[in-house]
Amino acid sequence: MKLTHTAVAGAVATALASLAGPASAQDDMEKCYGISKAGENGCAAGPGTTCAGTSSVDYQGNAWVLVPAGTCEETTIEASMTMDDMERMGSLEPLERDLPEG
Amino acid sequence: MLDMTRGHLPNTAGVGFKPQHYADIISEPGAVDWLEIHAENYMGDGGRPIAQLRALSERLPISVHGVGLSIGGCDALDREHLARLKHLNDWLRPASFSEHLAWSSHGGVYFNDLLPLPYTSETLTRVADHIDEVQETLGRRMLLENPSVYVGFDETDIEETDFLRELVRRTGCGLLLDINNVFVSCTNQCRDPRAYLTDFPLTAVGEVHLGGHDEDEDIDGTPLLIDAHGSEVVDPVWTLYAETVARMGPKPTLIEWDNNVPDWDMLEAEAARAKKILSGARVN
Amino acid sequence: MSWESALLTSDATPAGLSGPRATPATRRFDVYRNNVMSSLVNAMRDGFIVVHRLVGEEFFAAMATEYVRRAPPTSPCLTLFGADFADFIAAFPPAASVPYLADIARLEYALRRAYHAADVAPLPAEALAREDIADARLTLAPAVRVIRSDFPIYAIWRANIDRTKPSSSTGAQCVLVTRPDWDPIAEPISSEDAAFVDALAHSSFGEAASLVPDLAPIFSRLVARKSITGLEMPA
Repeated sequence: MKLTHTAVAGAVATALASLAGPASAQDDMEKCYGISKAGENGCAAGPGTTCAGTSSVDYQGNAWVLVPAGTCEETTIEASMTMDDMERMGSLEPLERDLPEG
Repeated sequence: MLDMTRGHLPNTAGVGFKPQHYADIISEPGAVDWLEIHAENYMGDGGRPIAQLRALSERLPISVHGVGLSIGGCDALDREHLARLKHLNDWLRPASFSEHLAWSSHGGVYFNDLLPLPYTSETLTRVADHIDEVQETLGRRMLLENPSVYVGFDETDIEETDFLRELVRRTGCGLLLDINNVFVSCTNQCRDPRAYLTDFPLTAVGEVHLGGHDEDEDIDGTPLLIDAHGSEVVDPVWTLYAETVARMGPKPTLIEWDNNVPDWDMLEAEAARAKKILSGARVN
Repeated sequence: MSWESALLTSDATPAGLSGPRATPATRRFDVYRNNVMSSLVNAMRDGFIVVHRLVGEEFFAAMATEYVRRAPPTSPCLTLFGADFADFIAAFPPAASVPYLADIARLEYALRRAYHAADVAPLPAEALAREDIADARLTLAPAVRVIRSDFPIYAIWRANIDRTKPSSSTGAQCVLVTRPDWDPIAEPISSEDAAFVDALAHSSFGEAASLVPDLAPIFSRLVARKSITGLEMPA
């Protein structure tokens, strides 16, 4: 639907009027915790880096048998999905398959 | 050279800046007289990190410490990264710029660690060329830090202290003496840190680092210390520090605490401890 | 064996290294290998905290390790490391049982990107209140992004950020990412509003406005989020 210039300008005027007065849009803002820390460079060995830590080859086995095991297990999604999707979501048995070499 | 600095690092104590301490520092920095930041964390387009750095620089002298230039690497220096450093240096005009005697990139991959290099006449020439390029690009003298190392290279035929002394002679750079790194590297190589410090070219030192380390051991049971910056400076390092300061006079001294970062009071207390040692030293 | 391949893809120790008493340098070299891998995996964990919560530590560490091996950083600035982690997840068979995971990664990356985006002053309201605004091209702040998903990603993300009860939601969701001051904001918007925001990049304001049933709410939201930074009239 093509809008008239007047209709567009009118909607803009309505929008701007709704913003006049004391700031009100703050209540639904949320801080995104952790972003400030993400991606910081350092010059020290990080946690988990001593010899006792894992080797890089721990996860290089051919068969990948790990299963997602966090909050996704309790996350349910009810609509806009086909039955196939529903079944797939519900199945968290190990996916054993070969990973292509990197 | 043009004077690209704003202020200078005082011969007192500073700490590595962590965003969670911002409010404490802006309201009352206490014993902390200057701050150090890692250059790579302030190379974004904008946002809070850069706004905070701008505000902090109005309040205290800032030292920029690079961790990603790979000065000790075989490859040519990353020109894009050098340009980012120049941009930061130009707008911030920090009191000091330092980097590491280490490499971290090779073949276009960045490894995010300070990796060691053998000390030979070949690597000496390469590192000296890299330092020249950095100093020319930034238009200022830089400080180079001695690394923490965990392995020895069979190829190495120059002592680290001689390697650093020669770099100073060839390039005119200064040195950043990390006394925890001295303790970590010497312990890991079954050497005496006092002998290392006796050989160290102290007249070139422009800044000192102190930090904590983790203790582990090698397969044969020899101690293997890890430069983790996640705890207090240990007493043997404080002793080496006091002995060194007594010989060279007071120098700007940084407490590095990058992992398990404590609250501001504890960090400031470490800085106050360094400051006490500095204030008791004779001034050269 | 070069250091580079020994650090990322192999468990061999490079030749020419030793410990102090001619001990093999195996364990000593492991320190570097562990530093490289765990520091990069830690960077991924910090950058994708909701992905991490959704799949748990063990799965995340394994997936991120695989990612780092295949796509190690090419820049020393880790601020924006992980740009294609979402694409990696989408093509990663073991993560297929969590089909919304890649979109969550996309949202988390958009928020991090917004955190570091350039600071551009918003246009004052007076500059927008003009009769011919329908012909104008508007510029959005660099932090602004729209993430579209077939899944309720805002609800899932929100439940995991707040550590509230597990998400039980319905439907596809689009999310608007903005940064009015220093903290990025994510908020759900309708697919029509999402189409409007996307269309501003290549259409006149009037053409974009024709995509929404009610222009005022989404427009006032963009203005409130200080997201409109430029206005240009056709020559």
